[in-house]
Amino acid sequence: MIRRVLFILAFIGIIASVYAAFIYAPTEPQMGHIQRIFYFHMGTVWVATIAFIIVFIASIIYLWKGGRKWDILAYCSAELGVLFLTLTIITGSVWAKPIWGTWWTWDPQLTTTFILWILYIVYLVLRASAGNDTKKAKYAAVFAIIAFIDLPLVYISVRVMRGISPVVFGPGGGGIAPEMMNALLINMAACTLLFIILLLERIDLERMKDAVAKLKLSEN
Amino acid sequence: MNKVWAIIKKDIVTELRTKELFSSMLVFALLVIVIFNFAFGFSVDLLDLAAPAMLWISFIFAGVLGLSRSFALEKEGSAIIGMLLTPTDRSLIYAGKMISNTIFVFIVGLITVLMFILFFNYGLTTLVPLIPVIFLGSVGFVSVGTLFSAMAINTKLREVLLPILLFPIIIPVIVSAVKLSEQVLDGNSLFAASFSLKLLVSFDIIFLTACTVVFEYVIDES
Repeated sequence: MIRRVLFILAFIGIIASVYAAFIYAPTEPQMGHIQRIFYFHMGTVWVATIAFIIVFIASIIYLWKGGRKWDILAYCSAELGVLFLTLTIITGSVWAKPIWGTWWTWDPQLTTTFILWILYIVYLVLRASAGNDTKKAKYAAVFAIIAFIDLPLVYISVRVMRGISPVVFGPGGGGIAPEMMNALLINMAACTLLFIILLLERIDLERMKDAVAKLKLSEN
Repeated sequence: MNKVWAIIKKDIVTELRTKELFSSMLVFALLVIVIFNFAFGFSVDLLDLAAPAMLWISFIFAGVLGLSRSFALEKEGSAIIGMLLTPTDRSLIYAGKMISNTIFVFIVGLITVLMFILFFNYGLTTLVPLIPVIFLGSVGFVSVGTLFSAMAINTKLREVLLPILLFPIIIPVIVSAVKLSEQVLDGNSLFAASFSLKLLVSFDIIFLTACTVVFEYVIDES
């Protein structure tokens, strides 16, 4: 029941976010229509951030208390996080080509995102190689924790590499039109709903896999 | 402390008898330098610019080679089970393995630096400040590397997995170490890049602590 409600909400949310991004939000005077991709860009990166925080927390609990459900949560969340981050990188590149004149630059934020992306792909490789083996699932949890701790250091080091003095990102930009802010919030909400649904479905899938494995075992 | 020392001693004695780890690491580091030379077409200007990066690439690649053997050696003949059966805290095993690995990697690093002096005509004294950098770099690299080496050895992919796991994590070490080496090779003091120094030290501290804590989950019942 709850899932059906969520599903309907997400459906409405996605339609609303498309409307908000393409029609409701005003056109940015300098960048023009290309700026509209920014709403999806922010939505996906927001979800990816949540997903990786979930991976981190679930991994800690898994190591600490055990329990297959934490392992499943971490694994499924990481998968979705990588998916959404891939979308973030793609939408970012599409935006950057006309605005910056290049698909990619090695600026600190982009580099860190790229490394983040690689780190969680490595996590997925490690986790996938474990299958149902709980011992190896623990390796993935250990890696997730180490990777998460590593991220701030990677960010700082990439800034050092580029010779930019390491300042914490302050409140920059500002002065965005209220309609734009609304469109952004709608997009973030819709992406979050989508993420929750996908996560629940993915967890179900993993549980079914477990059930099948158990049935096969009992048959033998 | 005795237990940690026992593990270190065991590793050193094994190494002194077989010499397989050391010789392969050194030859590898040497080969990387030679290959870089060919790749850069012996252009002196380019080599000067690329020297710090070359130093660390050869050093890190050789180090990974050594680390992947570290636990493979324990796995052969199931020596690891013997070690786990002794009433030793898991974190002490980590400390022992980590220190002995650091010693090996550090020595290989020093010899790589010596080869640099030989091949690229640097003054002996200018490279003295490199020693602490090599040391801090080895500690950071080995702290995570020992943990991942214990993990990788129990997976299907084995040694192949170690660099994949390790390289993205140690990016801060590589960046700050290369920055520091740049300063040293330019003849400046280490403190010209004091931020990199701080970064390197904090990486070492953070990951020594974190890896000590999580090591017990990696080594259990393997």
